[in-house]
Amino acid sequence: MKEFMLIFRIKDIEDFKPTPEQIQERLNWLAGIAAQNKLVDQGNSLSPFTGSAKTVRSGNDVTDGPYTEIKEFIVGYIIVRAETIDEAVEMAKENTIFKLGGNVEVREVIKHKLH
Amino acid sequence: MNGQQFRNNSLLAELFRQEYPKMTAVLCRRFGLEHMEIAEDMISDAFLKASEHWAVNGVPENPAAWLYTVAKNKARDHLKHVSLFETRVAGNIKPEEGENEPDFGFGSGYMEDSQLAMIFAVCDPDNSAEGQICLALQILCGFSVEEIANAFLTGLETIRKRLYRAKTRLRDSGFQIRTLSAASMQARLDTVLKTIYLLFNEGYFSKTNDQLIRNELCAEAMKLAVILTDNPLTDTAQTKALLALMCYQASRLDARTAGTGEMILFEEQDQNLWNQELIEKGNYYLVNACQDKQVSRYHLEAAIAYWHAHPAAPDRWQHILKLYNQLILIEYSPIAALNRAFALAKVYGHEKAILETEKLKLVDNDQYHKLLGYLYEYVDAGKAIDHYRRALQLTGASPARLVLERKIERLTGI
Repeated sequence: MKEFMLIFRIKDIEDFKPTPEQIQERLNWLAGIAAQNKLVDQGNSLSPFTGSAKTVRSGNDVTDGPYTEIKEFIVGYIIVRAETIDEAVEMAKENTIFKLGGNVEVREVIKHKLH
Repeated sequence: MNGQQFRNNSLLAELFRQEYPKMTAVLCRRFGLEHMEIAEDMISDAFLKASEHWAVNGVPENPAAWLYTVAKNKARDHLKHVSLFETRVAGNIKPEEGENEPDFGFGSGYMEDSQLAMIFAVCDPDNSAEGQICLALQILCGFSVEEIANAFLTGLETIRKRLYRAKTRLRDSGFQIRTLSAASMQARLDTVLKTIYLLFNEGYFSKTNDQLIRNELCAEAMKLAVILTDNPLTDTAQTKALLALMCYQASRLDARTAGTGEMILFEEQDQNLWNQELIEKGNYYLVNACQDKQVSRYHLEAAIAYWHAHPAAPDRWQHILKLYNQLILIEYSPIAALNRAFALAKVYGHEKAILETEKLKLVDNDQYHKLLGYLYEYVDAGKAIDHYRRALQLTGASPARLVLERKIERLTGI
């Protein structure tokens, strides 16, 4: 089994305040992965709001807010267990973030062994 | 040591069950766990003496006190004896500090503390679950080897072996039962609660059809939890939540089996048989368990049991689903995954639940096929029959077979 991180992104900061129904749907989705014993880490949400997000660039250039050069920003992540990346993609497809115009990036986790 | 020789005498049998664990706890606290068998022999002797003496002279007014006195005297004699010959051992069994009268404290206070200490000594995180339950049943609940074997539907030899291993471990563990510290209690409380939980489930989901054994196992588990709630050190939110869970579950014990000994599915239970008093006790402990913000698996399971005990609430399945979602995120187990899928069916319908259940891929689990059989009943009778048949293949000799056979008959008859 490999591990994959699912990275969630949205475009509009307003969408970061989901409705109770959206929260319930997301929790159902997450628990559905846990029910298959494939949830490695239920991850965290990342606040995009001013005061909670800053971006640091070279030359001591610090700006308020999350990294938005690609016109969208990361709002959270989880780690799942799957045989293949396709299986992890299937899990991602059922997430509700697409209804908000968001997207999910699926990345295999490479574990570095400590010497 | 077992209580079989006293079984013919119902009073002695009852006393044995009640007093043996307490007496063992008190004497083991005095002698140390490494000399456990000395304590056990003394208590056996006391019961043997009682059976002979009472047969001739009649039962004394306070039978328990009589037994304590005999055990106490035997312990005293023993101490005198060893102190003459073995100063090393005698050094180990000096009275505890601050305690000048070596009366072995069969009085209240000392006895409760000893019982609590014994619970913590017995519940060792390194024991196997099976060995752990056997040991708890024998030492903490006064069950005989025969009674344990009956409860597990297992041979006497197997139980004896399990007990032997677990007891050797207990003796060699070096666990300090005499000076139980708050720190060692905290470190073991999780294991203690888990053992009580296993003990209860052993009764609640028992393989045996013997309703009496089931009820006894559940009652013993609850008794142990009550001992924990009586001590401020162990009366934690988790302990209360576990006790609440057991109260709710126990409230349905009488409704769970029909006259034929066949399991009754949840929805078909006669709610009039539910024990209202236990449900109220469950409510009491659950409310108290939720005073701080802590949420453990026992809290979640107790809350689920609460909603099951209140079937009139219109949105209870939504609540139950949310709770199962949380539970599965805390700790994966196949049974929680299947129960969650059932709740999902209640909220979102069978077709959605089928999709979710099939993802679980628990193909060797009879409950998995039973659930899919149930979900497919109204969607695809052919598939329902297939799953019920598979469940039947995976179900051993058990009352559940009858229910499955009947379902298959009914579906094929359509």
